[in-house]
Amino acid sequence: MTVFYLIPLVILLAHAFWSVDYLTIDKTFTLDNFREIRENDLYRTVFVRTVSIATIVTVIDIMLALPLCYYLAKHVRRHRELLLILVVFPLWSSYLVRAFAWRTILGTNGIMNNFLEWTGIIDQPLSVLLFSKQAMVLTYVQVWLPFMIIPVFTVIDHIPDSYLEAAADLGSGGLTAFWRIVLPLALPGIVAGSLTVFSLTMGDYITPTLIGGPGDQMIGRIIADNFGTAFNWPLGAALIIPVLLLIFSLMWLANRLGGLGETTR
Amino acid sequence: MNSVRSTSPNRWPGRLLGGASALIYAFLYLPIVVVVLYSFSATKLNAWPIQDYTLDWYRELREDREIQEAIWLSFRVGIVSAFLALVLGTAGALGLRQYAKPGKAAIRFLVMLPITLPGIVTGISLLAYFSLMDKPLAYWTTTIGEWTFPWPLIIGHVTFCITLVLGTVSARLARLPFSLGEASADLGATPSQTFRKVTLPLILPAMLSGAILAFTLSFDEIVVSLFLKGRENTLPLLIWGRLRLGISPEINAAATIIIIVSLVGVLSSSLLLRRSGSASSS
Repeated sequence: MTVFYLIPLVILLAHAFWSVDYLTIDKTFTLDNFREIRENDLYRTVFVRTVSIATIVTVIDIMLALPLCYYLAKHVRRHRELLLILVVFPLWSSYLVRAFAWRTILGTNGIMNNFLEWTGIIDQPLSVLLFSKQAMVLTYVQVWLPFMIIPVFTVIDHIPDSYLEAAADLGSGGLTAFWRIVLPLALPGIVAGSLTVFSLTMGDYITPTLIGGPGDQMIGRIIADNFGTAFNWPLGAALIIPVLLLIFSLMWLANRLGGLGETTR
Repeated sequence: MNSVRSTSPNRWPGRLLGGASALIYAFLYLPIVVVVLYSFSATKLNAWPIQDYTLDWYRELREDREIQEAIWLSFRVGIVSAFLALVLGTAGALGLRQYAKPGKAAIRFLVMLPITLPGIVTGISLLAYFSLMDKPLAYWTTTIGEWTFPWPLIIGHVTFCITLVLGTVSARLARLPFSLGEASADLGATPSQTFRKVTLPLILPAMLSGAILAFTLSFDEIVVSLFLKGRENTLPLLIWGRLRLGISPEINAAATIIIIVSLVGVLSSSLLLRRSGSASSS
């Protein structure tokens, strides 16, 4: 019981320390940072951009994870463990390396351009592939996909086959059964995965640095810069508050949809 | 088991799904394959197709002490973080199961935070926390022989590792009926005997798989680490530093070695898990 009390308590205490801390770093109470954020359009633009990219990435990951998980859970019977390990395995190869690999693939002298030239589809290298929003979305979709697949697979795997048989007996197979049975039952997994993917994208600063163009600044990058080279900790801390508020409200929503209850019951 | 397949009148949905799944797998693995292939490319440019193959980058790697030290540091941080998370996460999961008061939801929410919030939050929070003490981050480093253990980095990693272990263990516990413990008590076992002989063997695979996932994340972690690093670099940190200086095929070689090592690790551990898992869940 002590340990069980202790862990949340430590986390709670630590959180209390942290939030007090960024306010005491300039020792006096001030709202200047928030005023700065409100008045500078740059921050709003970046925030909106980050949210929209995170949303797009989440939606694409859901669309990719659903068919894969359904296939693994309901159609594959042999080598299932192996296929699941294969999903988890990319997480082992450094996220950084994978982001960097996309740079290698998409760059002006990169593999994609060389490949397209080699096949004769284009005769000039395309420079638009890298350093764009699309390139960032592609990278995010790929690096976070396993985080979506794992929870979605877990829930779909728990759907008894008899439900699908019953649906088939009652005349709805295939897509109807998927829409009316699998999807609603998979919702907690989808919600849990979406929360992870969305949140990871919101706070990331690695991919914008490696893959994004000069006009594709993300909020995480600005916060990281404020804690690094720009050395404006209070401003960085103030910038993270809207991010936290957004994620907290999504967590609240997720909790209502049952996404958080799925792992710990 | 076989029923879904046999009841469907035709097989095209399965084939279509299979094809889509194969494409998704290809997408997941494209960057990894690229990194591995180009670590053998003789030219510095990323040309297609690869002109010439070489092992030069691996030779360079072997002479690079900085990279080797970074690899070992990553291993140390990963193992210590995963171990601490294993102990704390399992204890937390067991505690959460026993506890049925209204505060449960709030506690679960708190434990979920480090993994639900972006890593940058953990990074800057701990950075701010440690900076309160007016000492450089490198100050909190324990040295045992040649091994160093940078605690800010490890603590940062433990925060999200706990959540992983707790999640997997809780999921397993949720599937164990309470009656198992009650039966054990009825037969005269003390709570600690019940734990050792009934609960522990049943949740061990989940504990291990949580710890492996934790090690995985710690090993590849960069978002939190960048804020909490001391004097030394873990492998992702070193790669990050070198990427900013310019791309070197040596990085591809370093990454390939990690990929191979971890592939062996993941496969062997999950074979182990599978054996113990099937023995206990049947």
